[in-house]
Amino acid sequence: MLRRERRSGLWLTLVPLYIFTLLLVVGPLIYMVVLSFQTRAEVWGVVNQFTLDNYKNILQPAYLSTFVQSLKLALVSTLCIVAVGYPFGYYMAKLSQKWKKRMLLLLMLPFWTSSLIRLYGWIIIFRSNGTLDKLLMGLGLTKEPLKLLYTYPAVVVGMVYILLPFMIFAVYSSAEKLDWSLIEAARDLGATPLQAFFTVTLKLTLPGLLSGVILTFIPSMGLFFIADILGGNKVVLVGTLIQEQLMKTHNWPFAAALSVVLMVLMMLMIALYRRISHAETLEGMQ
Amino acid sequence: MRARSKLPNIFLGAVTAVLYLPIILIVLYSFNASKLSSIWEGFSLKWYTALFRDQALFAALGNSLVLALAASLAAAVVGTLGAYGFTKVRTRSRKVVEYLTMLPIMIPEIILGMVFMVTFALIGLPFGMTTLILAHTTFCIPYVYMLVKARLVGMDQSIPEAARDLGASEVRVFFDITLPMLMPAILSGMLLSFAMSFDDVIISIFVTGVNVNTLPIRIYTQLKTGVTPEINALCTLMLAVTLLLGGAAWALRRVPRMGKRTGIRGLSR
Repeated sequence: MLRRERRSGLWLTLVPLYIFTLLLVVGPLIYMVVLSFQTRAEVWGVVNQFTLDNYKNILQPAYLSTFVQSLKLALVSTLCIVAVGYPFGYYMAKLSQKWKKRMLLLLMLPFWTSSLIRLYGWIIIFRSNGTLDKLLMGLGLTKEPLKLLYTYPAVVVGMVYILLPFMIFAVYSSAEKLDWSLIEAARDLGATPLQAFFTVTLKLTLPGLLSGVILTFIPSMGLFFIADILGGNKVVLVGTLIQEQLMKTHNWPFAAALSVVLMVLMMLMIALYRRISHAETLEGMQ
Repeated sequence: MRARSKLPNIFLGAVTAVLYLPIILIVLYSFNASKLSSIWEGFSLKWYTALFRDQALFAALGNSLVLALAASLAAAVVGTLGAYGFTKVRTRSRKVVEYLTMLPIMIPEIILGMVFMVTFALIGLPFGMTTLILAHTTFCIPYVYMLVKARLVGMDQSIPEAARDLGASEVRVFFDITLPMLMPAILSGMLLSFAMSFDDVIISIFVTGVNVNTLPIRIYTQLKTGVTPEINALCTLMLAVTLLLGGAAWALRRVPRMGKRTGIRGLSR
């Protein structure tokens, strides 16, 4: 059987995939690690000389504070996303089949429009004398424009807005598989709704929740265009830093070192996720 | 066990409304006569006429379409062949390669963009359409691969086997039987790839050349420098196209089901 397969030349079908994966995924990632240990040339380019300076550089107060700020923003955004996305995905899984399909479609639709454009919608809402200001002043809640655009909260809203669907899909696909009779059983055995939620529901939907966290936390440190558009230049992310080092300062080894740290952070989170959920792929990725 | 209170439904409705709010505003303001988006001065189509005179914007749109089409086609070929090959050829490297192939959709885009940029510079590839297509194809392959693989797992193997037994060559079985059976998965993979490529900002910024703009890059620079309501008009048009395409895809999805209902066997997969 195996010999027939070899002779049939079926292995040829795998060649393009191997080429792309090796040359454009594995190779570049290895190069990123190599680059992060190289030295920046005086004017332009890279010198092949081993150094740890790029990593030490990250510990400089200015860069370290960017990293911490970025982590904080990611944390705040992720918490907001969990607060909205978890109940959303959970309740969605409880809807009737017909409404489940409708909700999925409603959630998918904005996905197909440009994310930049949708962010622009938030500029209209947040800008001074914009939609939100008009609404609040009209209701008599505020007297002056809030000047929300180019502030920290605006960036958080943008992050939540762009990344929320990932959390919803992850939680939903987890909650959909939930055996609701288990919760009923817990209730019958005398658990309060809250007890039943924490001991049964939360535990069983944890893989979805965690996968949602991974799908939102790490990207929110890289999505520099959201910070750029809604935060002006007041909010700087690790992503902003990487982009600046690459395109403005031309310090590629430093950008590579920043990326390696981000990548390691991501892999740690995924390893932790696998430990807890025993799943191979992230929930909701399909 | 159905929700007893209406609160969950109100919550779902409210969040969905907020998700659509920015889109609705953009559509509304695209018809606004005023240049300022805070004032409504009455209905006008002038931003649409201005839009059609914007040469640079159309060039960017053209680039984006070519790029998304090329990337999703290339990804469809590579992804489908790869997923099919792995069901036929047993190699020890399968698990590792599969994991590595999926990496581009797990890694944050910023890292992917940066590694593409430094690698292309290392090889000495000139930045432009070629680098864009290579980069986009790489992050589109996982979508096709994932969907085709799922379809292959659920596929009835007896049909291609029967064809083999009746003397059809492996190549013929693939093109006459397997490929048509995989088509829905390939097409949805391509559709997803197209959307992802068409919307991509971060990776494109890193791998594009000086004089090649894609639509998202163009919109991004405009959003940073100063927005004209033209963008609203463009967004509205794009939204309309998306809805049309989505509607078409939705209608096509219904065809097999109609087949099932009428009992025509060939139509129901």
